[in-house]
Amino acid sequence: MKLLILIGLVLLIIAVHQLMRVIELSRELKKTREWQVSEKDNRFNGKAMLAFMFLFFSFFFWQVNRWNDKSLPDAASEHGVKVDALWDANIYLITFVFLVTNAVLFYFAYKYSGKKDSKATFFAHNNKLEMIWTIVPAVALAFIIIFGLKYWNEITDHAQEKDKVVIELYAKQFDWTARYPGKDGKLGSTDYRQIDGSNAVGLDTLDETGFDDILIKNEFHIPVNREIEFKMRSRDVIHSAFMPHFRAQMNCVPGMVTTFKFKPIKTTAEMRKDPYVIQLMDGINKQRAKDGKEAVEFDYLLLCNKICGASHYNMQMNIIVDTPADYEAWLSKQKAIKTKTVASAEVK
Amino acid sequence: MANVHATNTGHEHAVHHAHVHHHDDDHEESFVSKYVFSMDHKMISRQFLITAVVMAVIAMTMSIIFRMQLAWPGEKFAFINAMLGDKWGKDGVLDPNMYLALVTIHGTIMVFFVLTGGLSGTFSNLLIPYQIGARDMASGFLNMLSYWFFFISSCIMLTSLFIEDGPASGGWTIYPPLSALPEAMPGSKLGMTLWLVSMSLFIVSSLLGGLNYIVTIINLRTKGMKMTRMPLTIWAFLITAILGVLSFPVLLSCALLLIFDRSMGTSFYLSDIYIGGRPLDNVGGSPVLFEHLFWFLGHPEVYIVLLPALGITSEIISTNTRKPIFGYRAMIGSMLAIGFLSFIVWGHHMFLTGMNPFLGSVFVFTTLLIAIPSAVKAFNYITTLWKGNIQYTPAMLFSIGLVSSFVTGGVTGIILADSTLDITVHDTYFVVAHFHIVMGLSAIFGMFAGVYHWFPKLFLRMMNKKLGYLHFWLTFVCAYGVFFPMHFLGLAGVPRRYYTNSNFPMFDNLVDINEIVTVCAIIGALAQVIFLFNFFYSMFRGEKATQNPWNSNTLEWTTPVANIHGNWPGSLPVVHRWAYDYSKPGQEHDFVPQTVPLADGEHDGGGH
Repeated sequence: MKLLILIGLVLLIIAVHQLMRVIELSRELKKTREWQVSEKDNRFNGKAMLAFMFLFFSFFFWQVNRWNDKSLPDAASEHGVKVDALWDANIYLITFVFLVTNAVLFYFAYKYSGKKDSKATFFAHNNKLEMIWTIVPAVALAFIIIFGLKYWNEITDHAQEKDKVVIELYAKQFDWTARYPGKDGKLGSTDYRQIDGSNAVGLDTLDETGFDDILIKNEFHIPVNREIEFKMRSRDVIHSAFMPHFRAQMNCVPGMVTTFKFKPIKTTAEMRKDPYVIQLMDGINKQRAKDGKEAVEFDYLLLCNKICGASHYNMQMNIIVDTPADYEAWLSKQKAIKTKTVASAEVK
Repeated sequence: MANVHATNTGHEHAVHHAHVHHHDDDHEESFVSKYVFSMDHKMISRQFLITAVVMAVIAMTMSIIFRMQLAWPGEKFAFINAMLGDKWGKDGVLDPNMYLALVTIHGTIMVFFVLTGGLSGTFSNLLIPYQIGARDMASGFLNMLSYWFFFISSCIMLTSLFIEDGPASGGWTIYPPLSALPEAMPGSKLGMTLWLVSMSLFIVSSLLGGLNYIVTIINLRTKGMKMTRMPLTIWAFLITAILGVLSFPVLLSCALLLIFDRSMGTSFYLSDIYIGGRPLDNVGGSPVLFEHLFWFLGHPEVYIVLLPALGITSEIISTNTRKPIFGYRAMIGSMLAIGFLSFIVWGHHMFLTGMNPFLGSVFVFTTLLIAIPSAVKAFNYITTLWKGNIQYTPAMLFSIGLVSSFVTGGVTGIILADSTLDITVHDTYFVVAHFHIVMGLSAIFGMFAGVYHWFPKLFLRMMNKKLGYLHFWLTFVCAYGVFFPMHFLGLAGVPRRYYTNSNFPMFDNLVDINEIVTVCAIIGALAQVIFLFNFFYSMFRGEKATQNPWNSNTLEWTTPVANIHGNWPGSLPVVHRWAYDYSKPGQEHDFVPQTVPLADGEHDGGGH
């Protein structure tokens, strides 16, 4: 079989070679040069440029039409709503620039395709024009910068509210652990040297504030309409805590604690009733049925978004946004790690 | 050495030395000194180009392999098994570690070996002496070393594909601790060491080349070639070389510190790490330091890749519209502005790394500033087309393709530069789409344009035009088919560097997007076979070139169609005007070569 393919390839190469030879010889007879651009070539490529523009723009609108409703749902956090508004303004602006600039480019490419007797206009510079397209982008960018930085400062500011919830997200290859401060409202201090089988996040076993801390795997809960302050740590390599539905993302860096805060505004239950989310899940479940997988319901997700090793693609955790009452009820059922750590401390 | 001396002398001196040159030509050169350890800028240029073509084919094949996995995860492909063998492609399914390795090496090869070494190496070497009217580079020997360092570095990078643990696989940005700790992934063992060695040699090559380019442009311009008469290609190569010389040493130090951390127990980038079942001793370092050092090169690198392509297309667009480039001085000004700003924007890669958010604000400001000179360049290109008489050579097609991709990819940069908006799409496919279009496509289109345009100078023959057309249109359509849909993956929140998107439900509805991307990638890759055929066939069998096939003004077209030492058989040409007198009123032809003296009362440059 391989031999056959090889022979086929060799024959193909010989055939192409002979063909080229014939073309070459015939051209020598005609005394024309293949590489010289004729008016016909210009006309063809000029029209092709215009045709490409229509194809390209149709493709663009086709994609928007077909895939726009696969985008993330509207932001489920307070700052995210602002981010989305700014996003929309920016997207409209750049789509406009993208369409107009490409249209002008391809139109000129068509309109001024070379003709035999025409001559180009000697037009080397024009200060007024150049001023216009220096100043207009500068002004537009000034607005973008001002709004962007205003929101950025708000988003990255410290968590202010009194009833804020502090949660630690602890990343390692390849899973997440959420740590809640427990009744005392304080996260216990940590020391990476004390990590072992029974102390996965490296709590300082002598620090009493850590005794009532709560460790959660696979799925963690947060209350709606309260400020959540995340403190991120990593055990081994850089990870990134990406919570796309909340427009939240921050790297987890070994050796330092990074923070990100947001205030969720929609509970998981509310999201599941949102018409946009329902159509999104319909699409997902349709594909899952095709692949022979079971149907699923919407869940907020925490993803790893910084390359961290072989199972980088498989490092997520569900987030459940509860009403405050449900949250308190859930939290009260979780067990503190106290007994274990005290025991291991005493053994030492 | 005669040619080296002759280059920087004045007019009369050069005439004297020209005899020496003829003497040189009579000598039969040995195969080794002519084709292997050549010090001739034209031969070195060809060596860079062919090495880059080989590297590009390898990197493109890698992308096809991982694109197949992304579109049809877990499916069995004989192709994957044939390429990777039973270890990495068992039963034709790509191994997750190998997936990361392919992504990493694809990025490394494309960014450094193809678009830095290949693009600058080929065209700076070919065009700097030709277009400024010099006999060769300032130092032929350093130039030769530059290529051979590049060659060795390429070989080491390729060797790393064949070792037991696989090549480096921490992403082309090789962030530690992932890249520093052999326990973190198999690719961080020997593969990473080889990556660092290879890149260190690459940096040496780049520095030797860059210094040579700068010295040559500043010192060896022929009589009358004022800085303000230089073609924009040369300006682009000059600024590129300066960026490289200022930023690559930082990458070298960054790599050296990583080598120390890996093999000598230092803690520049490491702190508080527990891995492989034990806590490490390293305390006090910070991976964020690495990111600062890396991106201090990494961002100028984007422009090191892009500026030569912009320079090349400036020249080609002007020649083929038969018009002067619009706003020559504004083009130089914008390139200088881009070059300067590129050094103070690196932090926009790091908004979410734990860097102080206020610092982030500063980088938002500087990054958005860089959009202004970029916009000026794009609009100036478009105005150059206006009322032109466009000659559609394949090179011209690719140049227009570059302007389109530069705009299309550039506008999404405005989103990503805005730290607030970056939170949502950072490290998603939106970023992948952005940089592949604005940097990847633009630069590769510029490179194709350059190859088609200067093929007569490179190999003294012409490439086939019709195949060039076919190549362009297939490539252009497929390129947007590959990278445009990726924006929508990003909008859906799909992270980069995921081995599969079907491991959990969130991205199950995006299968069709991934399939379109991969199908376009495969067709686009096959279209490159047309180019490869045209390239190698024309090299030996193409039509013989004429002296000035595109009726161009620049000096390289005043040289005879032959490979001679010293480029010009007699004295060096004398320059009397700028390079863009196309369709100048009152002239007989629609081009006036730079060597034609100004008539009485005629103004030089585009003014007045």
